[in-house]
Amino acid sequence: MAIECLVLGAGQEVGKSCAVVTINGKRIMFDCGMHMGYLDHRRFPDFSLISKSADFNTAIDCIVITHFHLDHVGALPYFTEVCGYSGPIYMTYPTKALSPLMLEDYRKVMVDRRGEQELFSNDDIMKCMKKVIAVDLKQTVQVDKDLQIRAYYAGHVLGAAMFYAKVGDAAMVYTGDYNMTPDRHLGAAQIDRLQLDLLITESTYATTVRDSKYAREREFLKAVHKCVADGGKVLIPTFALGRAQELCILLDNYWERMNLKVPIYFSAGLTIQANMYYKMLISWTNQRVKETYATHNAFDFKNVRSFDRSLINAPGPCVLFATPGMISGGFSLEVFKLWAPSEMNLVTLPGYCLAGTIGHKLTTGKPTKIDLDKDIQISVRCQIHQLSFSPHTDAKGIMDLVKFLSPKHVILVHGEKPKMASLKGKIESDLGIQCYYPANNDTVCIPSTCWLKADTSKTFIRSSLNPNFKFVKTISEDKSNLVSKETEATSVLQVHDERVAEGILIVEKSKKAKVVHQNELLLMIGKDKHDVQFAYCCPVQIGNLERTKGMDFALSKNVVSTSDECSWLHLLFAKLATKLGGNIQDFGQHLQVDSIHISVCLKDICPYRTTDGPQKEPAVFFCCTWSVADVNLAWEIISIMENLDLSII
Amino acid sequence: MAGAGAYGRKSAHSQPNCSKSGLGPGPGPDQPIITCRLLRSLFTPLIQTLRGPILSSSSTSPLIQRRVERPRSTRSLPSVYMKFTCLSKGGNFYFPPCHIITVSGFRILLDCPLDLSSLMIFSPIPTHAFSNPELPSPDSVDQKRQKHERPIDSSELIRAQPWFKTVTSLHLWNVPFIDVVLISSPMGMLGLPFLSRVNGFRAKIYVTEVTARIGQLLMEDLVLMNKEFRQFYGCEESGLPQWMNWEKLESLPSLFREIVLGEDGVELGGWMPLYSADDVKGCMQKVHTLKYAQEVCYNGTLIIKAVSSGLEIGTYLSSPVLEDVKDNSCYSAPTSQKSSTLSADNDQEASAELLLSTSESLEEMEKLNFICSCIIDSVKAGGSVLIPIGRLGIILQLLELISLSLEASSLKVPIFIISSVAEELLAFTNIIPEWLCKQRQEKLFSGEPFFAHTQLIKEKKLHVFPAVHSPNLLKIWQEPCIAFSPHWSLRLGPVVHLLRRWSGDENSLLIMEEGVDADLALLPFKPMAMKVLQCSFLSGIKLQKVQPLLKILQPKFVLFPEDLRQLVSYSDTNSHAFFYYCENETLPVPSLKNSSELEIAADLVSLIHCRRLTAESIGIGRLKGDFSVTHGKHQLHSGSEQADSSQSRPPLLHWGSLDLERLLAVLEKMGIRGSVEQGNSDTDSENARVVHVYEPNKALIEVRENSTIISASNESLSSLIFEAVDGILSGL
Repeated sequence: MAIECLVLGAGQEVGKSCAVVTINGKRIMFDCGMHMGYLDHRRFPDFSLISKSADFNTAIDCIVITHFHLDHVGALPYFTEVCGYSGPIYMTYPTKALSPLMLEDYRKVMVDRRGEQELFSNDDIMKCMKKVIAVDLKQTVQVDKDLQIRAYYAGHVLGAAMFYAKVGDAAMVYTGDYNMTPDRHLGAAQIDRLQLDLLITESTYATTVRDSKYAREREFLKAVHKCVADGGKVLIPTFALGRAQELCILLDNYWERMNLKVPIYFSAGLTIQANMYYKMLISWTNQRVKETYATHNAFDFKNVRSFDRSLINAPGPCVLFATPGMISGGFSLEVFKLWAPSEMNLVTLPGYCLAGTIGHKLTTGKPTKIDLDKDIQISVRCQIHQLSFSPHTDAKGIMDLVKFLSPKHVILVHGEKPKMASLKGKIESDLGIQCYYPANNDTVCIPSTCWLKADTSKTFIRSSLNPNFKFVKTISEDKSNLVSKETEATSVLQVHDERVAEGILIVEKSKKAKVVHQNELLLMIGKDKHDVQFAYCCPVQIGNLERTKGMDFALSKNVVSTSDECSWLHLLFAKLATKLGGNIQDFGQHLQVDSIHISVCLKDICPYRTTDGPQKEPAVFFCCTWSVADVNLAWEIISIMENLDLSII
Repeated sequence: MAGAGAYGRKSAHSQPNCSKSGLGPGPGPDQPIITCRLLRSLFTPLIQTLRGPILSSSSTSPLIQRRVERPRSTRSLPSVYMKFTCLSKGGNFYFPPCHIITVSGFRILLDCPLDLSSLMIFSPIPTHAFSNPELPSPDSVDQKRQKHERPIDSSELIRAQPWFKTVTSLHLWNVPFIDVVLISSPMGMLGLPFLSRVNGFRAKIYVTEVTARIGQLLMEDLVLMNKEFRQFYGCEESGLPQWMNWEKLESLPSLFREIVLGEDGVELGGWMPLYSADDVKGCMQKVHTLKYAQEVCYNGTLIIKAVSSGLEIGTYLSSPVLEDVKDNSCYSAPTSQKSSTLSADNDQEASAELLLSTSESLEEMEKLNFICSCIIDSVKAGGSVLIPIGRLGIILQLLELISLSLEASSLKVPIFIISSVAEELLAFTNIIPEWLCKQRQEKLFSGEPFFAHTQLIKEKKLHVFPAVHSPNLLKIWQEPCIAFSPHWSLRLGPVVHLLRRWSGDENSLLIMEEGVDADLALLPFKPMAMKVLQCSFLSGIKLQKVQPLLKILQPKFVLFPEDLRQLVSYSDTNSHAFFYYCENETLPVPSLKNSSELEIAADLVSLIHCRRLTAESIGIGRLKGDFSVTHGKHQLHSGSEQADSSQSRPPLLHWGSLDLERLLAVLEKMGIRGSVEQGNSDTDSENARVVHVYEPNKALIEVRENSTIISASNESLSSLIFEAVDGILSGL
């Protein structure tokens, strides 16, 4: 049995996340994203690698989408409507609700603004989303008889989830993008401790360790406040979903606190509509936001209104959220052109800007002029503020998650190659877990756990479940001077409960294997038990005592009377207990350590007495018997006994 | 309105849509469908509101199902797998049944309800308008005692701070011994603070997140409404209240006595003063909430999964499915049917939809439409409408229907919801897409609110107030109006005030649920000119739906209420074994499976040294590993100290007999010499034959039929001899 992971996208890069994993014959596609950086065939994953005949319905059992970002969902309508996949698709409720907005927005930008040929139509998006099955967090979905999936909170954006998939005995988790620290509106990623063969994790920040966000938030608010106080306009180019809401919560609260009346605008109806979704999906946000839903829904922004084009040139300060982010075109570019030349204004760029966008140019240098195309040049005099809010986990978060889940193998995706290499080294050296970071279109094959099923008896289960307590007395010897031996026992009792199940596996032809307890075996196979025991009659010297209490014993026979039997045994017990620890037990008539049984031998001639000749020293004989399991211990005890002198107290 | 009955009550039977009720004395001749009283055969109209149109199973017929395999060993008798005790059969929708089951050593309590209908023996808070100057003097009570055949007078209602009736038999159980509490609906939660505040309570309470929230709101509302009484009657006296004195109880009308003491007269102990807000808070802190279809594992053994039961917005929320590691049993809680075994979830979802024929949902819709038309008639006539129904789902649907009808007939009548928790409840219903039906979920994807009430509030057609005395309420109050207000018992909450105001108005309309004793409920408000419409809603599974349900679930055992024995006559009874239970009797359910399954890690198996038994084609091998019970599975992992130790361990168990000749020959080869001597030295070893070894050292081997004793003077010789013996015997 093996798990096969074909990385179609986000292998050693960020963009077009897509991993096709085959577990025990079931094939799952995790994410189906597009690459925003390319405009040619490279923008989509190479689906032909999944099935040569393009028969995707038989090749893939289900698709799982982790969140609504285009690099995770962007190729989905193309795959379902153009490539013809019609099997089940799973995503969380928010992802199902918000993905069409993202897709439609993208399609519009492509077609209406850039004049490209569309790859899928609005109709395709709608048809595609109809096929989606929405799931709740932790809901266990049985895709078919063998395949089970479950979503866990990932915290990256609203509705982001990590997905657990299990086929037979093999299980894995695909994280998508996740965030291990809560932010303004989302909680931190959360997952159960699972038994995993494979973990596929993002590694955007494979090497960075981030500090607290609060300082950056304060800085941002200060910059915005200063700008509007001086009568300037603030432009915040963002995408409609996610960052916009987070910053809006931040600003709305701040406005409330500082009693500011400067208007905050949302550029497109899209963002306003998105807020509506956020309001309904409030249970997917963090605890603090959730708690207040009844009295005041956090996404009911008090100071936010929608923007009208005519307001671009209106006098007075304002804050404007405009789409798209990175100033890659559209309305945010339009506004930027008009506001950039004024020194009073501020452009705040939250998050990552792709190379080639104006946002990227603004953040990489301090340009005073930006060439839009051959003819148009914008002079940039406004202030630029970059805000590195990133809802991705950092290196520590990745390590924490890997350590927490302790999978047998890790595959890194969604990151930059050199950083991934260094993280791989760290995971392998620090955690001892095998780690891979395949390039696009590479396949990684890993073995998976396999369980053999056997019937078992109640006796076996019961014996395995029974606590197996071992009490070990560790005697501290340093205080022994002051007190007498008995009371001095300031021993520390250690309790061990190591439950090791021991049973016997019976395999019969054309029958299911069965596991039984040792005691049940002979009954099963119809044989009689044959006891094999060891015996040894061990002399223990009592020389000195003989001298003092000599008259009490029959010297010539070297044998003790019955009345003294117990006292000898007790003496031996005390001696052995100090040497062996708490394992030995005194049953009055005999001592016992596991199967080793020691009792005083009163016979004149014991068959197990192998020592020859007359005893030089007076001795008491102890008959010891044991079974094969305790051979080593038994001989150890015997050697102790033979070197012992019971009379020395 | 045709068929106005006593107090101007509209007979529900006048309208075919509303006559579904089986709550009357018995099914009428015109009712071809047998709907029996305890099944509460009413149907939920919430098909549009609910997630996945799934109907709910009989609230009184939990199904216990398990996958059964033929017993492997014929020797063992079927052992008891589970014990089931019905603590209370429950009453109506608001009083679900309460059971306790013992399975794999765990005690599981199913629901912890309150019998709120018994509140009706108390008088609502008297007002000036109402308070009768001729309060009954203590001696006049005695006269009434003789005449309790005649209709009960409102003055006989108990005038005291109400106590609440819990499930009496639950008090007989030792609370700290309960391991798990499963709550299936907000109604099944109302008694929980009584339990959770008990010293030593340590059970895990599993509730779906939505049930938990709604349940908490209902409990807080109850506490708040009860506070009004405290303000009126002053602080409660310590000890038993006066009305609980035996003499006072004796003097109560027989109907009241039965409510207080129960049919067998033993239920007095179940009465308690209501818990406090702190108790509710403490209770909620102990609750573990579950997501939709989330599986949780209790103690590695019990798998609990909540799936939608499809009843009301309150109750549809949870129906925990319980699976046990051994027998794969599955309990579908009251008012749930979608219980599943491990594999069958998908099938069930599909088939549950099949079960729910569209005709029934249409029927329910028609019922609501009829109610709506009555409301409109009443409003048109200038009367106000009072709706004290406590079902959130019905309220939400009625709100939408009423506002549509009002618009259609261009009436401008305000709708009020007066309840301390209404605002939060309404807000809450708009943020739980995961628990709603497909049609409602579609609204999320098109970006609309799930229910119309958000819009109605915005348009100022719907007004939500926490109490009748809210300052803004008076400002905008206008009549006629339509008011939703708790509590359905008509003893607590804002409804009391509104009912007093409108009870004399013949144009006004009160909408009540069937299943509530209307005579008793309306007693304090007599004489009534107001019209009363009693309507029934579904609160359980219909009897004729039980069969299809069983077909889907394929249970091996079905537990059914004894009272329904006559009503179930299923042809293919051989596929399920039926057990019938009564209140307060423990029913043992046998176990048919004798062995369980163990999963062994593959790497562990590769370490096993298998020994083939010569005679049979059986291979046996020793197995050692770390044992764990996780998620209902027994597993054996390779332990840490595994690799080295398992290789060279001598066999621990031997069988067969030892042939002395062979033994001597084998010893010889090892360079050990000895001679055989018939044992004669000892009395107890008559049959023993002894081998005396003299080379290389002295040793002795004592051989009997079923045992061998090796005694050697040193360790190495002893182990050599053992090797020889082991070679001859079979061992493992």
